[in-house]
Amino acid sequence: MLEAWSVSRLASAVQSLLRGEARLQDLWLEGELSNLRSSYSGHLYFTLKDDVAQVRCVMFGGQWRSLGLENGQQVLAHGRVDFWEVRGDLQFYADFVQPAGVGIWQAQFEMLRARLEAEGLFDPARKRPLPRFPRRIGVATSPTGHVFHDICQVIARRWPLAEVVLAPTPVQGPDAVAGLCWAIRRLNEEGVDVVIVARGGGSLEELWAFNEEQVARAIFASRVPVVSGVGHEPDVTIADLVADVRASTPSAAAEIVAPDCRELLRDLQEATTSLARGATEAVSERRQAVARAVAALDRSLPDVASLSARALALGQRCLLLAQQRTRHLDDLLQSLGRRLASLDPRATLARGYAIVRRRGGPVVTSLSQVKGGDLLDVYVADGQFPAEVQRQYGF
Amino acid sequence: MASEADASFEDLYRRLEEVVQRLEQGGLGLEEAIALYEEGMRLAVRCRQMLERAQLRITRLRDELGLYTDEGTGLLPPAYEEAEADLELE
Repeated sequence: MLEAWSVSRLASAVQSLLRGEARLQDLWLEGELSNLRSSYSGHLYFTLKDDVAQVRCVMFGGQWRSLGLENGQQVLAHGRVDFWEVRGDLQFYADFVQPAGVGIWQAQFEMLRARLEAEGLFDPARKRPLPRFPRRIGVATSPTGHVFHDICQVIARRWPLAEVVLAPTPVQGPDAVAGLCWAIRRLNEEGVDVVIVARGGGSLEELWAFNEEQVARAIFASRVPVVSGVGHEPDVTIADLVADVRASTPSAAAEIVAPDCRELLRDLQEATTSLARGATEAVSERRQAVARAVAALDRSLPDVASLSARALALGQRCLLLAQQRTRHLDDLLQSLGRRLASLDPRATLARGYAIVRRRGGPVVTSLSQVKGGDLLDVYVADGQFPAEVQRQYGF
Repeated sequence: MASEADASFEDLYRRLEEVVQRLEQGGLGLEEAIALYEEGMRLAVRCRQMLERAQLRITRLRDELGLYTDEGTGLLPPAYEEAEADLELE
């Protein structure tokens, strides 16, 4: 049927055509910057062109300010295509622009990283500590290939007390994103203590599922800590950035999650040593306390030994004094003896003197003591004889 | 702790650390020190036995998305084909 369209109808038809084309709604566009200008409201307007064509572009918000864009620069822009009916222009609505030359995968990575970082998905404050002794270890990876096998070997060697719960998922190809999201959610439901998200090394494209926003959000939503072990050492994926801990390889992830039971056995050995030392110390403390008490008791008793020593010393001193004293008396006696000996009258008699005594009376020392007829005893050196007074003669 | 018999390794190990710490701090009565020593030794033996006797268990969740139509046809390494295969320690 022949019919004239209004301009608005054409505009909305073009719009719905463009918006229905998925490829044009999530597009990376490479070209040379020109006609750069910013509006009062902070939007950036520019044109992207190559040798034969050009397209008008707009970028809302102020995030372009930090990019240092210049006319003539070759850039890679991400965005969607739409028709702006007011001006009748086909426009590219850019949400991310960066200098060209880094490769489109890298550009995609940088764009998602910038957005999720701004949202706080990589916030270090959000990183959770891993369980010290995990009982159930969830693993989201492919059931085929060596990765799961390697993880099990590491865990069996280091931490055989654990149960490993595998949520099988493709790790590349069209099902990888849905599979990884399911695996992480399902392991959470299963009540594991920690989740390992793993994949062996590969090209950037092969690792791509780990750079997808949905996977990043599934990791972020995990209630238990997530350890990523994707690719080889230098590969960093968005999943690594969101994970609570990033390991460089799947085996390294298993090592981080599983405590080493050989170390624990050594720790147990040390613990028993500490226990023995502690108990010995407690006992020897008590022993010392008893020894101190005994010593105190000893001190509180009279000191027999020193008393007896003192008694002995006193005795010896007495003896000494007594000996000195007797020696002195001896000397005195001897000298008295000598003096007595010198006074012995018999010594005088021996020289011819005699002692005259009235019989039964005193020694006669004076004429007046006697009269004629008195009987006397005369003592000489070797005996005595009787005598009789006849007369007195005065000298 | 309810019972040492069915306690987890973590519970036992935590208690052991506690016991060692208390004993190392000292200042305990003799009876208490000896009781702690005995408890600690018992815990250490129990932990050691758990570590030495453990065997890794492996469970595989059912593929709910139907991503593996060839499940069980030999894509898994033989050791893990069983849903709950025990992995022997070397």
